[in-house]
This record gives sequence, C-alpha cells and structure tokens, in this order.
Amino acid sequence: MATIFQGLGGGAAAALTNSFDSKKLLSRSTRRSLSERKVSFPVVRSDGSVNLNPGGSNARARRVDQLITNAVAVNLLFSSLKQRLIVLQLPLHRNPGMFASIYRPTCTCNATLDLVHELLLFEALREGLEEEMDRDPHVCVMGEDVGHYGGSYKVTRGLAEKYGDLRVLDTPIAENSFTGMGIGAAMTGLRPIVEGMNMGFLLLAFNQISNNCGMLHYTSGGQFTIPVVIRGPGGVGRQLGAEHSQRLESYFQSIPGIQMVACSTPYNAKGLMKAAIRSENPVILFEHVLLYNLKERIPDEEYICNLEEAEMVRPGEHVTILTYSRMRYHVMQAAKTLVNKGYDPEVIDIRSLKPFDLHMIGNSVKKTHRVLIVEECMRTGGIGASLTAAITENFHDYLDAPIVCLSSQDVPTPYAGTLEEWTVVQPAQIVTAVEQLCQ
Amino acid sequence: MCSIITDLRYVPKLRSTNFLDSSKVVPGWRTVISFDPRSRDGWIPRQQSSWNRHGLKSGVPIQNKINSKALLFCVSSNSSLTKPFWTLSPSKLKPRGEKKTPPSVEMALSHLKSSSSRSILVKPLAAAFSLRRLISNSTDPITIETSVPFATHRCDPPSRTVETNPQELLSFFRVMATMRRMEIAADSLYKAKLIRGFCHLYDGQEAVAVGMEAAITKKDSIITAYRDHCTFLGRGGTLLEVFSELMGRQAGCSNGKGGSMHFYKKDSGFYGGHGIVGAQVPLGCGLAFAHKYNKDDAVAFALYGDGAANQGQLFEALNISALWDLPVILVCENNHYGMGTAEWRAAKSPAYYKRGDYVPGLKVDGMDAFAVKQACKFAKEHALKSGPIILEMDTYRYHGHSMSDPGSTYRTRDEISGVRQERDPIERIRKLILSHDLATEKELKDIEKEVRKQVDEAIAEAKESPMPDPSELFTNVYVKGLGVEAYGADRKEVRAVLP
Repeated sequence: MATIFQGLGGGAAAALTNSFDSKKLLSRSTRRSLSERKVSFPVVRSDGSVNLNPGGSNARARRVDQLITNAVAVNLLFSSLKQRLIVLQLPLHRNPGMFASIYRPTCTCNATLDLVHELLLFEALREGLEEEMDRDPHVCVMGEDVGHYGGSYKVTRGLAEKYGDLRVLDTPIAENSFTGMGIGAAMTGLRPIVEGMNMGFLLLAFNQISNNCGMLHYTSGGQFTIPVVIRGPGGVGRQLGAEHSQRLESYFQSIPGIQMVACSTPYNAKGLMKAAIRSENPVILFEHVLLYNLKERIPDEEYICNLEEAEMVRPGEHVTILTYSRMRYHVMQAAKTLVNKGYDPEVIDIRSLKPFDLHMIGNSVKKTHRVLIVEECMRTGGIGASLTAAITENFHDYLDAPIVCLSSQDVPTPYAGTLEEWTVVQPAQIVTAVEQLCQ
Repeated sequence: MCSIITDLRYVPKLRSTNFLDSSKVVPGWRTVISFDPRSRDGWIPRQQSSWNRHGLKSGVPIQNKINSKALLFCVSSNSSLTKPFWTLSPSKLKPRGEKKTPPSVEMALSHLKSSSSRSILVKPLAAAFSLRRLISNSTDPITIETSVPFATHRCDPPSRTVETNPQELLSFFRVMATMRRMEIAADSLYKAKLIRGFCHLYDGQEAVAVGMEAAITKKDSIITAYRDHCTFLGRGGTLLEVFSELMGRQAGCSNGKGGSMHFYKKDSGFYGGHGIVGAQVPLGCGLAFAHKYNKDDAVAFALYGDGAANQGQLFEALNISALWDLPVILVCENNHYGMGTAEWRAAKSPAYYKRGDYVPGLKVDGMDAFAVKQACKFAKEHALKSGPIILEMDTYRYHGHSMSDPGSTYRTRDEISGVRQERDPIERIRKLILSHDLATEKELKDIEKEVRKQVDEAIAEAKESPMPDPSELFTNVYVKGLGVEAYGADRKEVRAVLP
C-alpha cells in the first residue's frame, strides 16, 4: 500500500513553485485580500466544480492570517492556501493521498526543487532526530538495537557512529528498566528518547510510563519535568501476529500528564518528532509499521508541527471524517470513491491523540454536522470511543446524526491475511458508512 | 535512694511524662534510679506502662500481687545490655556516695567500660568526669570502631575505624532525634486523622539516612521508596514542609499534591518518594546515567527494601548499570520484613548484598551510623571508579509497615523491644557522646526537648497552612509552553508558544 504513494513524488513533481520568500509575499497579499474582500478566489473543488464563494471560511481565513505571521507552522499555511489558490500550483506533497489522481497541475512552473527534498518516513524521523541531537546536547536515544544495528526500522541508522555510545544507547531487552532509566535521566534534565522496538513491548514498561512518567510533574508540585519522548511503531502490520500488532494508544490515553501524537506522513513525522523532543512534557509518538516507507517531499528549512493540532487533509462539506495514522490512507482511498459518488467528505487527521484538537474538530462539526470516526484502535475503549464522547459532550447541538465510529474488531489480530484484513477498517466499509450517514 | 523494685513484673511509673518515645524507657537508666520505692502509689502494673501497653506476648505472666521479695533492678557494671535485666544480681550494684556526677551518667559509663560488644573507647574516661562541661563543638578527630565487621562480596571491606569529631557526633544525635521525634509525631497525627492514606514510618532506621548523608554531598542524588520522610529531612527538607505535605497543605514540599509517599527536593538531589515497590531503582540508574552523561563526578544512591529486592526491574537495571559502568549504588535497607512477610519467606537468598552476582556487595550494620557512613564513602569511591555496587543495610523498623499495620502480627513484641534495647541507633550515639564526655545526659535531654519543641512548632505552623486551592487540581499536570494557535496541552489555554 505504501507504494501507491511513491508515484506521487514523480507525478506531482512540478508542483513546487517559488522560493519560500515569494510564498510569503503571496500569502501577504492573500491576507490582505482575504480580510478586505471576504473571498474572491475561485476554489476548484475536488469533483471539478468551481466554487466562487467557499463561504464559511472566515474563521479559517483568520486563522491563516495569524498563522502566516508565525512562520513555523508551515503546514497549515500550505494546506489552506492550496484550497483557495489553485492557480498557484502549490506543492501537493503535503498530503500525498489527497490529490493522488484527482488533481493534475495545469501549469508547470519553473520549479526550483532546492528547497525540498524527497525522503521516506523513517528518514524524515531520522532527520528530525538528528537535527534535534545537533541542536541540544542533552538529547539521547535509548532502545533496543538503536545503536550499532541502526535501528530495527532504520530510524536511528548512522546516529551511533556520529554521536557515540553515550548518546545513542543500545539497551538489553529490559523495557521496564530502560524506560525507567530514561525517566530518571529526564528528571535531571536530559532529554532521552526511548524507543520501543514495537509499541506492544512498551506494555512491559507501563508502570514506569503511567506512574513515573505521567505523574512525577504533578506529585512533585512542579519540581521535576520529564521531557522524555517514547516512540515506536505500533498498529496492525502485514501478518505480524497478535502480539506484534497492538494499538497501545487506547491503553495510554487515560494516563494524566502525558501527550500522545500519531504521525502519518513524512512531513508531520519530522515535525512531530522535533516538537516532541522540544516539549517539556512526556510525549508518546505513535508510528505505524506500514507507513515507514512513505515517500514525500518535505521542506529543507526547519519546521515544527504543533503537538496539539490536527491536520486538515481535505476540506469538505458533507461529512467530517476523523482519522489518524494508517487509517488516513484508507480514508483517502474511500474519499476517491465518495467523490465519484458525489459526496464531499472533510477529512481531518487528528494527529494529536491526547489532548484532542477540539478546536479544529469542533469547527468542522459545526460546518458539516455529521461525524465519522475511522480508527485502527479496538472498538472498546479506543481513541474513537473517547473522541465520540468528547464530541458528543461538546458539540451535541451541532450534530444531525449520531456519530459513527469505525474501529478494529475486538479480537486479537489473526495471522491469516484475509482475517487480518477484516480486523481493520477497509475503504469499502468507510464508503458504506458515509453513505448511510449522509442519508 | 536505691533502685529496687519489689517485683519484676512491675515497672515504676514514669515521672517525666513527656517521654512518649518509649526508647527512652530502658531499664537501668535514670528514670528507674530516681524512683523512691517507699511511695506505693508510684507503682503501676506493667500493662499500663507506656512502652508495654499491650502486655508481653510471651514469657512473664502478669500477677497483680506484689511480691515482697526484693530484686535489684539495675544494670550492673559487669553485664552488658544484652542480658535481660531480671537476671542481674544485687551485689554488683555500685556504691552510691558522692553526688558529684549524676548517677545515671556514672551508670552509663561504668556499663560502657565493661561492655566489649559496643564501641571500643580510645580516649580515657577517668579524669574527665568530675567537671561539668559544655557541649563541645570542636572538630578534633575522634576515632570510633564500627560495631560489627563488614561482610563483603567480590570486594575488599573498608576499614572498621571511622574518623569523626564531636561536632559530627552531636549533629548526628540532633538529626536522628529530630527524625525520631518527627516520626512519632506523624504517628500521633495519623491517629488523630490529620494524616490520611498511607504513612510509612522510618523510626529505627534513622542511622541509614544520617550516615549516608554524612558521606556524600548535595550534588549526589538519592532516590528512595515510600519510607521517605527522614531521608527528605536529611537532604535538607524542613519539618514544616514534611508536616504540611503529610497533612496535604500548601506549604508542603509538593504543594500538598503528593502526600507521604511523594516527597521531592530537586535542589538538593532528592528524587523521591515513590509508591510502587521497586520502580525507583531503574529511575535511580537513570539518575546515575545522567551523572555519567554530565560528567559531574557525582553518584546516585537508589534505596529499596528487602521486599523490593525481589523485583525483576531491579536486576534489569543492575545489568544495564554494570554494562554501562554507571555510578549507581543500590542500597537495600533490609529491615527483614516486606510488610508482613519475613525475609526468609520471601527470598530464597536473603543475602541481598550477594545478589548482584557480578556486582560487588557490602553488608553493613544499618543501626550504626558510622558504619553506614563508612560504607557509603567506600561505595561512592567504588562507584565513581568501577561502576555499580550493592550495599545491604541491616536495619529494623519499630513501627509496622505503615500506620495501618500494627507490626505485631508477624513478629513478637519481644523482638521489637529487644532490638530497641540492644541496637537502637540513637542510643548508640548517645552512649558515644556520653562516653567521650562531649555532653552530659542533661544536655542531651535538653537537645531532645528542644527537638520536640521544634517538631511541635512545625506541626502547629503546618496546621495553619491552608489546603490547596481548588484550581491547583489542574496545575502541574502539563508543563505549558508549546503550541501555536491551539489549546494548550490541558485544554485550558487557548494559546501557547513554541520554544
């Protein structure tokens, strides 16, 4: 599945327009025009119709204004401008799934490709890690086989040679204790990154994560901060078996004091990794085993993604689809079908699993009045269940229909390929759910 | 006036009623000697005495009749305190004569002269006693030998001779008396329901905290489990912070949000205060890793109990520490009971100092503050040079595991009182001070009174401190400071700023 998106790199190659400065210039003019003249740009919608008055987007416009001045959160700038200024051929690589076969650039600009480079998701993670380790000498990595072996998913390849054994530490197979050691080191001011070879192994360290990592800042009255990052691949892979296909976000979500984020593209992987390392709070970064080979173009300059913000993958009008991690791609695949059938789903990658970005989600719900949650967690007690509760609590009045939550079945993941396919949500099911929701 | 009781089953009523600390009531000391047996109303049956409220579990039957046979009841000069007092014969009583020195001191010193199981006194005692001295504060060295030799595993033991000075001895006494008094006061506060939840008391084990503190600096880190009140005090915490935290007030060291098991003091390297048994040991190894990373020549002491010694994460952390040569010292405070389970029922190998296998170990008498000090000094040098080392402190707790545990269902009161008589750490220091004539008995009592007053004042001040504000419920869950145009991490702030 990851190979579908690799073609994007070639296909949308000409999408990059100008240098970053001119983008800023452009955006400044955009801002002026947006604030003075409400909306005057044609919006080419994904089904080909042109909407001259997107309407209801003042909030987003204002938000874009404010974000433009803060040049660090570049992602949202691009994605929002993309919707309005189609003529500009903005880079498509922000959301590789979105315009996969829908959009073709109508003009090939003199694309200077200097400012972006193409890489795979694990390389993006490594880049983020390396930049942070260069920037701050307190950052260190510990995990099984992260050093000399290069990392079981190659995220830390080359780092041990560069930074030495004291900063990239190979641990024995003792998750409980090396997670505890990472937390103890963090209490003194170091910023360790603890890698679980598979998220499921971190269950062994649950006590350390829950009691020490999450609670120390509170029980010490603010004396200690635990700036630790716990990361690892989770999720259902290719026939890895039950114990290696666990989704731990549901177990960790009620631990007070930690933040959880899930990355889904190389762009947000690098950004979230950097933000997590810089954060003073303990952050658990959920990666997915099947997404490590996603290819995308990301900017050369430094950027950080906001840890508590969701990502608007595809704006729409009819239904809000909330998703994260690998399910984003299933949703985008389903979106293609839906668009052909005439629906206009709004797809949001929630990214921040704890706390939820209720601001963006709420705005979307207020617009579309229908919510579909597509997640890979189990039905019982998963992220979708909490999200359903949160949305119902906060935005009940705006809902026209009950929230539909599509999640994995409450079974241990079987080995057989066909069975495994049916434990997770498939695009066909998403399409059916949207059709039912929008009746 | 002589010290005679008519029946061994009766104990004289205590004249000074502020002795709630029952360790003071040791037969043979001043309180007994000052009693006048001719006044009958001074007698009370044994079961009402403050240190034996519940009666003896075994041994002596309680009779109400007064036996007219006289028995001399004092510590004779020829016996050590290891013998029960009722076996002492009257003829050994020293003649009373001049009142130059308080008889108690003389008794104590005469006892000390004869006993060989205690410290060997180097300085001669004879000429010193006729003059009254002020409490000396000098730093002249005094040499003391530890009570028992060190048992070792894969290393050479440190010397049994410890150098100290009067100032240190007196400070040990004062700090340990403060700790003891604090724990007893916490006991009463708990029974008065001002302290709720769990309260794990450290009395009996003070020598470990004090001895360790004397051997290290504030740059070294200490991390311990839930029995942390005295360790916190030793690291520089104040009594006010302790009592406020125990009562859940704002003035507490964790603003009232931690409780008894979560005392922390970052500026002096005290990392807590952890409720889950054994979880603090990997944290301690992480602290040592940070010391090594920062190259600051400091060590980390990770304390745990004999119950926690059976946790797997301990051995995992030890393996990693030995692999990476981390300057960590694992200290097993072996008080022989893991809550209600005796160590022989919980551990196949109760030689905790040997359990490191490839890691050297040292077994120390944990009731002797100087042995602890010597061992910790030795361990620090070792850790900085060649990696982890395990110390086993053979100690004892007088209270139960926590306030909800009476402490007597799995051990006899005889055992507790026996240890209190023979090995009490404060008594050892007291005897040392008296034997070296650094202070008189009265001065030491005055110190204890002062300490008691300080503790009472701290409690009063802590009671004045307010409960935390309701808004404090949500503070310190997250550290603020990240984000853009979004809610902050705890959904309470609209905007936060990226670093």
